[in-house]
Amino acid sequence: MAISKEAYAALCKEAVPKSPLWKDCVWAFLVGGAICTLGQALIRGYTALLGDEQAARTWGSITLIALSALLTALGLYDRLAKHAGAGTLVPITGFANAVAAPAMEFHTEGLVLGLGAKLFTIAGPVLVYGTAASVLYGLLLCAAQALAKGG
Amino acid sequence: MAIERIGKDTLRLSAPVFVEGGGTSAGKKEGEGPLGAYFDAVHPDGRLGQKSWEQAECLLQREAVSFALEKAHLTPEKLQCALAGDLTNQCVCSAFAMREMGVPYLGQYGACSTMAQSLGLASLLVGAGAAAHALAVSSSHFCTAERQYRTPLEYGGQRTPTAQWTATGAGALVLGTTPSPVGVRDVLFGRIVDLGVKDQSNMGAAMAPAAAATFCRYFADTGLSPAQFDGILTGDLGAVGLQLLHTLLRREGFSDLPNLFDCGLLLFDRTRQDVHAGGSGCGCSALVMASFVLQKLQAGIFKDVLFLGTGALLSPVSSQQGASIPGIAHLVRLSHLS
Repeated sequence: MAISKEAYAALCKEAVPKSPLWKDCVWAFLVGGAICTLGQALIRGYTALLGDEQAARTWGSITLIALSALLTALGLYDRLAKHAGAGTLVPITGFANAVAAPAMEFHTEGLVLGLGAKLFTIAGPVLVYGTAASVLYGLLLCAAQALAKGG
Repeated sequence: MAIERIGKDTLRLSAPVFVEGGGTSAGKKEGEGPLGAYFDAVHPDGRLGQKSWEQAECLLQREAVSFALEKAHLTPEKLQCALAGDLTNQCVCSAFAMREMGVPYLGQYGACSTMAQSLGLASLLVGAGAAAHALAVSSSHFCTAERQYRTPLEYGGQRTPTAQWTATGAGALVLGTTPSPVGVRDVLFGRIVDLGVKDQSNMGAAMAPAAAATFCRYFADTGLSPAQFDGILTGDLGAVGLQLLHTLLRREGFSDLPNLFDCGLLLFDRTRQDVHAGGSGCGCSALVMASFVLQKLQAGIFKDVLFLGTGALLSPVSSQQGASIPGIAHLVRLSHLS
């Protein structure tokens, strides 16, 4: 069979069906927006209840995380995410799903080497680079402030 | 000589090796597919009442084997060799399924081509007189494959349109010397072909060149024509891979192939079963071949069939390291013997 890698790559490009980008975007916008609206409603509700907006924000996040974990456990979150894509991935609920899903999956290998070791297989990189980025921003801010003072 | 080399790679069994029986055990989604009625058992619960997905897959294999033995009117002691394979690391599902059988065992790995590889080898063992009865079995389980190759089941991710759905099920075939209506006549073990595809969500594209190479080699070796077969079944290229195979074969002068099918497209109905590009996994072609195809061959509705099992020989590690995917395709010719 005489076909170069380049020629075959071109054939593959032709044969591969495209993801429905516009449909995916609309789903992501609607579901992601709905989750954020729910978060906002929760914050307002908690503020009215507690009278403290800072605490209300924390409680709002905790509620969303708990809801996401519950939907993951019931096997519903991935069904929604299949359509919503980034809409369920980007909000805090996506992070909760990324921790709850391996916890459910790997408990068959035990609490330590299964659940414990695999809990952050998906969320781990987010934590690592999120923390690293915040340290970097902190350093940059310090440097900028020191420069401003010096000037 | 019971086995003769024809041309470059084709191995011809001068006396056919008989398929004495076939057995299948499938998951729920596979049971709901177009071939559901052909399976010996369909399990509504993917866990099959077991503690882990791996144990569930073992049970699928054991069941498929017992159905195959029952139809071949044999007890396990009569088997002189068992060839089994699956997708899990170190092929544990096969080893664990076979440990109580007490049969000389050889573990097989050829990714989705495992059934063709095992079937071809078992036929040669019988054809060479090394075994009077040999077993070829392979299995896959959506849940064991997902957790090993991709993400946890409940993780909310999106699949690309080229992704294939790992079938849950096992298929077993007993080969032997007892005359039966179906026999294996030719076996061709393919060579690895890698045209640089790196996308593990598009394994059909990675395997299609290997399928084309084995296809062309077989017809060059034997001088036969594709038109004389009732079906040429690839397993499992999916929709994208099958389209690419058609394109590659057209370039080689095989332009009209209405009898070219893919096991991954036969097992599921893509319009209603949400399997994207089609089925895959060791169990996919094993289920199709050991049920639907075998039964049609036994009934004489199919006279001559080529099984072209294709495998993407990658691992999660090789993919993460950015390596391209080596493809393989093995061919087995099954005929109705009148």
